[in-house]
Amino acid sequence: MTFVKTSYNRRSFLKVSTAAGGGILLGFSWLSSCTSEPAQAPGLTMPENWYDINGFLKIGENGVVTIMSPNPEIGQNVKTSMPMIVAEELDVDWEHVVVEQAGLDTENFTRQLAGGSQSIRQGWNSLRTAGATARYLLLAAAAQQWGVPVEELATEAGVIHHEKSGQSIGYGEVASAAAGMEVPSEVPLKDPSAFKIIGSSRKNVDAQKIVTGQPLFGLDVQREGMRIAMVAHPPAFNLELESFDAADALAMPGIEQVFAIDTAPEGVEQQWSDVNAFPKAVAIVGRSTWEVMQARKALKVTWKPTGQAESTGQHTAALAKLMEKPTALPQRKDGDPDKAFEGAAKIVERSYRAPFLAHNTMEPMNFFAHVQQDKAELEGPIQTPEFLRTTVAAVLGMEPAQVSIMMTRMGGGFGRRLYGQFATQAALISQQAGVPVKLVYTREDDMTQGTYRPGYLVTYRAALDESGNLIAVQVKGAGIHGSPVFANRFPAGAVDHYKAEDYSLDSNISTGAWRAPRSNFMAYAEQSFLDEVAEAAGKDPIDFRLSLFERAATDPVGENNDYDAERYAGVLKLVKEKSGWGKPAPGLHRGVSAYYCHNSYVAQVVDVEIKGGQPKVKKVWCAVDCGIVVNPDAARNQIEGGIVDGIGHAMYSALTFADGRPEQQNFDRYRLIRHAEAPEEIETFFVDNGIDPTGLGEPSLPPIQSALANALYQATGKRLYSQPFMSEAEVLG
Amino acid sequence: MAKFDLKINNQSYQVDVAPETPLLWVLREHAGLTGTKFGCGIGQCGVCTVHLNGTAMRSCSLPVSAVGTKAVTTIEGLSEKGDHPVQQAWLQHDVPQCGYCQAGQIMTAAALLAQNPTPSDEEINTAMNGNLCRCGTYTRIHAAVKTASSLG
Ligand code: FES
Ligand code: FES
Repeated sequence: MTFVKTSYNRRSFLKVSTAAGGGILLGFSWLSSCTSEPAQAPGLTMPENWYDINGFLKIGENGVVTIMSPNPEIGQNVKTSMPMIVAEELDVDWEHVVVEQAGLDTENFTRQLAGGSQSIRQGWNSLRTAGATARYLLLAAAAQQWGVPVEELATEAGVIHHEKSGQSIGYGEVASAAAGMEVPSEVPLKDPSAFKIIGSSRKNVDAQKIVTGQPLFGLDVQREGMRIAMVAHPPAFNLELESFDAADALAMPGIEQVFAIDTAPEGVEQQWSDVNAFPKAVAIVGRSTWEVMQARKALKVTWKPTGQAESTGQHTAALAKLMEKPTALPQRKDGDPDKAFEGAAKIVERSYRAPFLAHNTMEPMNFFAHVQQDKAELEGPIQTPEFLRTTVAAVLGMEPAQVSIMMTRMGGGFGRRLYGQFATQAALISQQAGVPVKLVYTREDDMTQGTYRPGYLVTYRAALDESGNLIAVQVKGAGIHGSPVFANRFPAGAVDHYKAEDYSLDSNISTGAWRAPRSNFMAYAEQSFLDEVAEAAGKDPIDFRLSLFERAATDPVGENNDYDAERYAGVLKLVKEKSGWGKPAPGLHRGVSAYYCHNSYVAQVVDVEIKGGQPKVKKVWCAVDCGIVVNPDAARNQIEGGIVDGIGHAMYSALTFADGRPEQQNFDRYRLIRHAEAPEEIETFFVDNGIDPTGLGEPSLPPIQSALANALYQATGKRLYSQPFMSEAEVLG
Repeated sequence: MAKFDLKINNQSYQVDVAPETPLLWVLREHAGLTGTKFGCGIGQCGVCTVHLNGTAMRSCSLPVSAVGTKAVTTIEGLSEKGDHPVQQAWLQHDVPQCGYCQAGQIMTAAALLAQNPTPSDEEINTAMNGNLCRCGTYTRIHAAVKTASSLG
């Protein structure tokens, strides 16, 4: 058992006042905005009164517990796993828990953000402390009631026991008293070996609602008097709004207002989360989505050029040209790489490239906003509600405290909903139109608005000595709006001579974080390259990598190596064992890869079959070290999703440009992986090491692309240097 | 504008909309049934799948005027208690991640199994291939269809 300091002050902890009859009145805005329904436990009886124990939970007189899920849910399952952590320390029966999504509430919660696979890692301590503190308050209330020292009390599944006197009492019966107890300065935390809920698989708390089609998503929001809004943004990245003629649109049925909006007005500072290509757009407001869609087609807009109309061909040439010149200052340099290459017995040099990608969350962008004189109420899918509130307040000319934001379940995020310009648009439209609105994007709106994963180019060079030892590595990478290279990642630290260089190309096309930013490309390049270097050195690809990790663990080169070589080697050894590495079954071809990002380690082995000219992944073995696994089956689901996502985008997806316009605007031209193309089987193995948990939403995606590329090389004898692996001609039509 | 009498989930609805309005938007905004989702609007993703006399259809590409007297079933009406074998199998496999595509997946799977109660892997692949899942839950969907087939 360990003790942690609590960091609550009474004010942020409890906003309650005693109601007539001794009950507790609850003061949180989210309590009125979310109705409590035991979705995950349909048979549960709801209590008559809730007692607010702290911002994270309330307990009913019958012992039913409501736990708030503070972070945005984008499909990474934090709405289940975060409350599980609270319930563990509170020591309640999971069957008696109801989960509610919290709104943005910076007084009670920290980092209400979905991004970087950090929800569990960064929430771990505060969630445990919240549960443990509430448990302590319940104990203190029982101790007072019985007149015994609190140290003599124990809990089990929502019941407090006093062994000496043989007394027991349920949490619900002391909840009212607990709500008024003094918060201790420190509370004990469970030893991980005593965990009962953490580490056991619990079903998605929204699953029943999802499979029966209950409203959960932003697009499902319906309010009294609500209108539908859409925007018309420029069709190309070098254009901006000049003027518009709304007469025809306004004459169409159901159309009420048409006006221009600007999400970046003068004097309002833009934050990173406001990235967008088109601050100025035309808004159309009407009574139904279909009518507004039709009216938008009738709208006449004049766009004026503001810069160069870019194309994919230009980007490709410009990135290559950029990298011809050495950088003045490498990002990292160990030893004397130039000299090492001069004296090398063998040099391998390869370049890898990848196209722009769109996020394509299945639920298109949308947001509800109701802006009134003195307050703004927003509701919808957003990964960064706190940043959004700052921006919305600024553009509306309000104080942040006047803006409330409720998060809905999100139909996917993948980084897209880190950038909340669409929600700012909704707020501006509501303010100007004077009505509550739901802004809706079509697929085309979203696929043409920017914040893409940028196109990349990277070149790796390796020098080998006579006995096939890796003596030097150089990596240089170029990307649009920034280099993809992580200078301190593997194989930095494992080779004597090393150099990393960065190049960046400007563009009027906006880019943003896309699931496992930069790693989603670098893992493909790095791990495909090392596979080729191992072959050139005449070594087994796994043994080759293991010898490098051995070097990095025992005698690391340089400083700031951004990985733990032993944990890295650990997942590789585990996947080697589980897959029975060596020769695959007849007709199958095998590849391996390992990567570390978002604080977690993943190694994968893939078996591929070629059938009728099309590759089919038969099986993926995946070893993961993410520390303690909170919800194993849901964690496996995340891993599987990342693998399918990685295979899909590496194989099929690309966004290309001509004349400043995206050439793919919907799923007829933009290829996503489909059911029949997914792996037949994925088996995931977690390293059991008791280390505090780290991220899972992203780490399985990056390595799979190179595991697949390496397997396809075994099948065809051809290395794959450019994504997507399947060209358009092969997959379309 | 024109009036249409629709039979949705065994209930009668009368709506007054332009005849070319896709059934999807009539369901979502006129009948208040938001379980059927919007993903692409061009018949490419399957999140808008409903049954028309038991056959899976893309409601985004079906004008309301083409529905006529055919019975429309949406995810809300697939079963009374949310316990259709496909729904049960989906819960058992804890299929959803974000969940947005799943109503469409379930409707496609339910139509498949109604027609072919014991589909082969190939037949599942073919039937489910029009339903995109951006979260990549395909392997679970595949397993859940097989489970549903054994439950049904
Ligand atoms: S919304 Fe109908 S198929 Fe995509
Ligand atoms: S579960 Fe997210 S799109 Fe399928």
